[in-house]
Amino acid sequence: MFLLKLLTRNALRHRLRTGLTILGITIAILAFGLLRTVVSAWYAGVNASSAARLISRNAISLTFSLPLSYLERIRQVEGVKSVSYANWFGGIYITEKNFFPNFAVEPKSYFELYPEFVLSPEDKRAFLADRKGCVVGRRLAERFGWKVGDSITLKGTIFPGTWEFVLRGIYRGAEKSTDENQFFFQWDYLNETLKKTAARRADQLGVIILGLKNPQTAAETSLAVDARFKNSLAETLTETEKAFQLSFVSMTEAIVVAIRIVSYVVIVIIMAVVANTMAMTARERIGEYAIFKAMGFRGYYIAGMVFGESLFISMTGCAVGIVLTFPVAARFGKIMGAFFPVFQVERSTLYLDVAFCLVVGLVAAVFPTWRAVRIGIADGLRRIG
Amino acid sequence: MADSGERRIVVSIRNAAKSYLRGSQVVPVLEDLSFEIFHGEFLALMGPSGSGKSTLLNLIAGIDSVDSGSIVVDGVDIATLGERELADWRAAHVGFIFQFYNLIPVLTAFENVELPLLLTPLGRRERREHVLAALEVVGLADRMEHYPSQLSGGQQQRVAIARAVVSDPSILVADEPTGDLDRVSAEEILHLMAQLNSAFGKTIIMVTHDPRAAEKAHTVRHLEKGVLSDVPS
Ligand SMILES: Nc1ncnc2c1ncn2[C@@H]1O[C@H](COP(=O)(O)OP(=O)(O)OP(=O)(O)O)[C@@H](O)[C@H]1O
Ligand SMILES: [Mg+2]
Repeated sequence: MFLLKLLTRNALRHRLRTGLTILGITIAILAFGLLRTVVSAWYAGVNASSAARLISRNAISLTFSLPLSYLERIRQVEGVKSVSYANWFGGIYITEKNFFPNFAVEPKSYFELYPEFVLSPEDKRAFLADRKGCVVGRRLAERFGWKVGDSITLKGTIFPGTWEFVLRGIYRGAEKSTDENQFFFQWDYLNETLKKTAARRADQLGVIILGLKNPQTAAETSLAVDARFKNSLAETLTETEKAFQLSFVSMTEAIVVAIRIVSYVVIVIIMAVVANTMAMTARERIGEYAIFKAMGFRGYYIAGMVFGESLFISMTGCAVGIVLTFPVAARFGKIMGAFFPVFQVERSTLYLDVAFCLVVGLVAAVFPTWRAVRIGIADGLRRIG
Repeated sequence: MADSGERRIVVSIRNAAKSYLRGSQVVPVLEDLSFEIFHGEFLALMGPSGSGKSTLLNLIAGIDSVDSGSIVVDGVDIATLGERELADWRAAHVGFIFQFYNLIPVLTAFENVELPLLLTPLGRRERREHVLAALEVVGLADRMEHYPSQLSGGQQQRVAIARAVVSDPSILVADEPTGDLDRVSAEEILHLMAQLNSAFGKTIIMVTHDPRAAEKAHTVRHLEKGVLSDVPS
């Protein structure tokens, strides 16, 4: 008890120094928490992906397409229950800053294959009935204040021109991890327009989505599909949705790795800062430690004082950092909503926060403690005055 | 002092030697020093700067160790004690008074005086009684909630004296206790120490440069070039 009183008073002796150190830890914990959340948000799409779906695309790259005629041939492959298809549209809403993913899809089969996009029967009916209709996720609608019946104009990038849509429905996610930021419209609208303006690009599919009878047969089915189109003009690459999503993410894997590394570097830096604070503190107190030792206080007592103060500082910073992580992450998630449909601080991040702060507090105290315990009493006393 | 044969010896130093290393050079400070201090004695150690007074005091107080020889305090040869045993021994037997008071600045006068008692089995209430009694002796019971920075130098030294006596040690060691005080405060401190010696029978070993301080002592010894000589008082 006495030790606790002593070390908290000691910690508050240099308010500015202690305050700045705590602030540093708070910021480090915030940065660490946000960076980790960014990384997990990055993989959220992967984790939300279904094992019961395969994605078939052009083997060369995602920017190449598949002919419409493949659809029926894939449907006949053993193990395939249903198929749908989609094209990445890449349209821009007013300015590029308003980015959100938008796809031309075959509406009926697509929503059957993606039950996690929940659409009311009325909305669905209205969407199917309107060739120029579109459906958007709840968060996207909130972001731009769209209501059913609104007209929305996208500027084409991959498919030039101005594209007019009418909002026919707003879907919500069945799971917390479902992306509610997407925009879907009828593939037929895209295709018919292309037939008139750029016939060469018509009847082309970006990806074909395969629903499986049994998720266990995913490997065999994907091999069977790719074998069927071997040596044809457009070879396919068929993989699970998870693998497909990962291939997206892995394009930027280097960035993710960089973010991960930075998040740990932040911890190492703050460790150096706290260690420096504790070294300064302990150096100033060498005389006091000598007085305690002269009175008969043993080394572990001195160690308790140094470690206690170090942990007091690091854990205070940790607590403040954790408390602030939630509102800051919420705000950050709102700003970055288009890129990270799911932005949630994971529980494991908090455990890591606490673990790192403990390590920082302990490591920072090791060297000062060693010095404080080791120095001779007479030498320590000589430093006073 | 002729009847000193009947008096109990508290500190007995036999052939003590101490030298320091300065770089690669060995600097002898004390060589083959022997003498006794009796129970209830008030001893003043004088001598020129660098003669080894503080070194000798530190050896007696068990915060530095001899190279050879023995230092027996209350029947225990402290030169043979390990670091931990020595710490426990100091807690039980030695009260320290320093030139710069050396109070812990974040603790109140009361808490500073309580420090040595934290190493005893005394409970909270008993500790409080002891602390109040000690502060009463030095006349600062009304300042117990004050922090060192709120006290004058003389008052701080009185708190330090209360801290030194609160656990009732066998010996009090004081290294230039008045060295940093004005004349009036120094007088008060010396008076207090003389009182502790006469009224409470405390054995005091005091290093000082101040002849007036030495006047209060029973015995004055002079240390020069490692040799101790009596100064008739
Ligand atoms: N840790 C040490 N390392 C090296 N030399 C030391 C050490 N401690 C003391 N000395 C030397 O030992 C000698 C005696 O020192 P000491 O402090 O005992 O003198 P003193 O009589 O108390 O002097 P003063 O009156 O100035 O306090 C001095 O020459 C000092 O330089
Ligand atoms: Mg000295």
